[in-house]
Amino acid sequence: MTELKESMKIAGARLKKRHAAETRFKALGIGALAFAFLCVATLFTSIISNGYTGFLQSYVEIDINFDESVIDPDGNRAIETLKDADYAKLVKESLRETFPEVTGRRDKRTLYGLISSNAAYTLRDMVLNDPSLIGQKKSVWVMASDEVDMLLKDVFDRKEAEDTRPISDKEIAWVEKFEKAGKVETRFNTNFFVAGDSREPEQAGIRGALVGSALTMLVTLVLSFPAGVMAAIYLEEFAPKNKFTYLVEVNINNLAAVPSIVFGLLGLAIFLNMFGMPRSAPIAGGFVLALMTLPTIIIASRAALKSIPPSIKEAAIGVGASKMQAVFHHQLPLALPGILTGTIIGMAQALGETAPLLMIGMVAFIADVPSTPFNPATVLPVQVYLWADSPERAFVEKTSAAIMVLLGFLITMNALAVMLRKKLERRW
Amino acid sequence: MQTTIFTVTVLLLALIGYYMGRSRAVTSVGGDIRQLHSLPRHYGYYVSLWCGIPAFILCLIWLVFEPQIVNSLVLSDISTIDPDASSAVFARVLSDIKFLASNGIGRGSDDPEMLRAAEHYNQLKVMGTGSLAVAIIAFSMIGLVVGRKSVNAELKARNQVETVIRWVLLASSVVAVLTTIGIVGSLLFEAIRFFGKIPFTDFIFGLEWSPQIALRKDQVASEGSFGAIPIFAGTLLISFIALCVAVPIGLLSAVFMSEYATPAVRGIGKPILEILAGIPTVVYGFFAALVVAPTIRGLGDRFGLDVSSESALAVGLVMGVMIIPFVSSLSDDVIRAVPQSLRDGSYALGGTKSETVTQVILPAALPGIVGAVMLAASRAIGETMIVVMGAGLTANLTANPFQAVTTATVQMVTLLVGDQEFDSPKTLAAFALGLVLFCVTLCLNVIALQVVAKYREKYD
Repeated sequence: MTELKESMKIAGARLKKRHAAETRFKALGIGALAFAFLCVATLFTSIISNGYTGFLQSYVEIDINFDESVIDPDGNRAIETLKDADYAKLVKESLRETFPEVTGRRDKRTLYGLISSNAAYTLRDMVLNDPSLIGQKKSVWVMASDEVDMLLKDVFDRKEAEDTRPISDKEIAWVEKFEKAGKVETRFNTNFFVAGDSREPEQAGIRGALVGSALTMLVTLVLSFPAGVMAAIYLEEFAPKNKFTYLVEVNINNLAAVPSIVFGLLGLAIFLNMFGMPRSAPIAGGFVLALMTLPTIIIASRAALKSIPPSIKEAAIGVGASKMQAVFHHQLPLALPGILTGTIIGMAQALGETAPLLMIGMVAFIADVPSTPFNPATVLPVQVYLWADSPERAFVEKTSAAIMVLLGFLITMNALAVMLRKKLERRW
Repeated sequence: MQTTIFTVTVLLLALIGYYMGRSRAVTSVGGDIRQLHSLPRHYGYYVSLWCGIPAFILCLIWLVFEPQIVNSLVLSDISTIDPDASSAVFARVLSDIKFLASNGIGRGSDDPEMLRAAEHYNQLKVMGTGSLAVAIIAFSMIGLVVGRKSVNAELKARNQVETVIRWVLLASSVVAVLTTIGIVGSLLFEAIRFFGKIPFTDFIFGLEWSPQIALRKDQVASEGSFGAIPIFAGTLLISFIALCVAVPIGLLSAVFMSEYATPAVRGIGKPILEILAGIPTVVYGFFAALVVAPTIRGLGDRFGLDVSSESALAVGLVMGVMIIPFVSSLSDDVIRAVPQSLRDGSYALGGTKSETVTQVILPAALPGIVGAVMLAASRAIGETMIVVMGAGLTANLTANPFQAVTTATVQMVTLLVGDQEFDSPKTLAAFALGLVLFCVTLCLNVIALQVVAKYREKYD
């Protein structure tokens, strides 16, 4: 009897141990998933907390004397003179009037640095719109420079010691004078969406990158979608089962796993150096990304075609359709939702891709917004890379803001793909 | 511009051909289309194809050969260059001539010979385009006439059109093969040129990497050294750290999701991992440089460790997070492929869930998991943006994860971004690194895909 009790006791202890191990293992699994969740959360919070201020911009109200002797000394209001006039001088004069106590060349230059060089363009546009402003005095809201912007957004700490902070006490005093007079305002940064790239953080915008991305994606889609779908149709429906077909299949699977930077090398050696395509242009970028997304589209399209029951094809052939007609009239339309889902996911990958585009020179600084796929351009992720590399503190929030826009597009595309799949996909 | 006009013309002719073929087919049987072999539109397609294909082939041939012919003709005008000079000299003279031809002014605009060459170039271009236009339209017309003539009720138009479509489908699937050939060809070609300048053994076994080529010949270290060992070591170090993060976490979350999680939990967990997979690498790079690297540096300072601000650890951690979803989704597949009967057997013997997982499921799924890890490793080795933004540029030969190391992809980007001369060993070195990268990842992928495919068959 005691023996049995003893062994029950041992078994009970062991069972306890085993259950503890079970709990531990489960906790590990939960921990792993929690870690992934934590990563996503940290990433998004750090991007959003850094980036939301990128959609805002500080403006300063200054009194401008639209001095005729500066803008239009001849007095004939010729458009050319008005266009080329020295509007920056007006801004400087206004600042000197507001701060008469500032003397000395260096201090003055620091003072002028409070206002973005964009202010001159604001004034020019005002005068060109309404030449009757000349000779008048008017208070105008102009863009603050990036350093003032950072100060007003509390990125630079006013209480920190002067030599460790990038803005001097003097400048802070000047800005505070504006603040006291209620001449400082933070507005939505429309400039961020309408301007091209710039060396000045406060003037930099993503329009050029957005258009460049759109053009590149257009080229990619036009090239890879038809080719991918046709290749999938051939491999799924027509290809004989032989060595060549096997080679093509192995090839496609491997191509999907080739590092993206290698496609960049291919683009550089073949498209740029051999075919002489323009450097930095969306057309070359589109070709490279098309080759990259091709395997994704082929694999997705084949899966979609495979999921159509063979009875559909057999019925079509039974009533006299040729194989080609059965595929194009019946199987392809039914497989289209799956094909489109795969294509959208492939395009989302291409939209976020950076490395191969660096290889073909899409990293140049380009301030103009491209208008055709043959113009030099940059794309959104490359713009993120370029800004992340810039030393100015203000570019951090621009970078994060650009990332938010990029992620916005990617999430929309993926959500679209999921919706499409849920709505249109049929279970047979 | 010209290409657009050509394309539109040919398309227009093809459209005309479509209607001509159709109406001819219909009239040939007096409107009773039951007597035709194929549907009327197939006759239309048939004539369109006759019209378009010859013109298309001509265009392709033209695109390939025209620049070469024009270039050699123009270059033969210039007497001053040595016919034995290197191809780079020719290319420079040629680009000068082209610039001169399109802008009217530029380098060499004081040289009458260059000016003549530029004028000749313009002439040739105009002449070439003109003759191409005539030839294309003539070809299309002839095709139109021939195609239309052969239309009759017995013509098997549908079969012929379908044969053409079949060839087009085949051609599309060959694009993937051509891409691979293009990759291998370009990498090999440039890498062989590189190994012509730098011995292969120096590259593979050299311990020092400093590809700076001096601007002047008399500067010190004008040779540059191309020993790739530090780069391979750095790549492996960062990939190893990444796998140390990704494999346990990916595997555990896959096990949890497939064996433990209720459908509701799976409904949350799966999207999270998908989000991780969908974030562009440039965002991870920014995150590594902005958040993770300073944090790790700060932690290191607290414990009195000397941590570089571009430490391999920070980059490896972020890269590990990036490849978690690869490991987890691939392992999820293989774990699900383990037959339920194995699980049931284990439970019947009294095994707990964790014992079933560790002693039955994981051993059964091991080949597939190894394949998944290999695919993840190939991802990590080829990853570019995270390391470009977060890792260092100097090639340190070290195994200390707190120091900055560099990787093959970082070096490729730094060597090829910016102004480049295509003949220097500096740019060619990038292709040599690319070749190594391609070979390594290809081997990993081929083996992994085979293992996974074999494994799937085993339980199917």
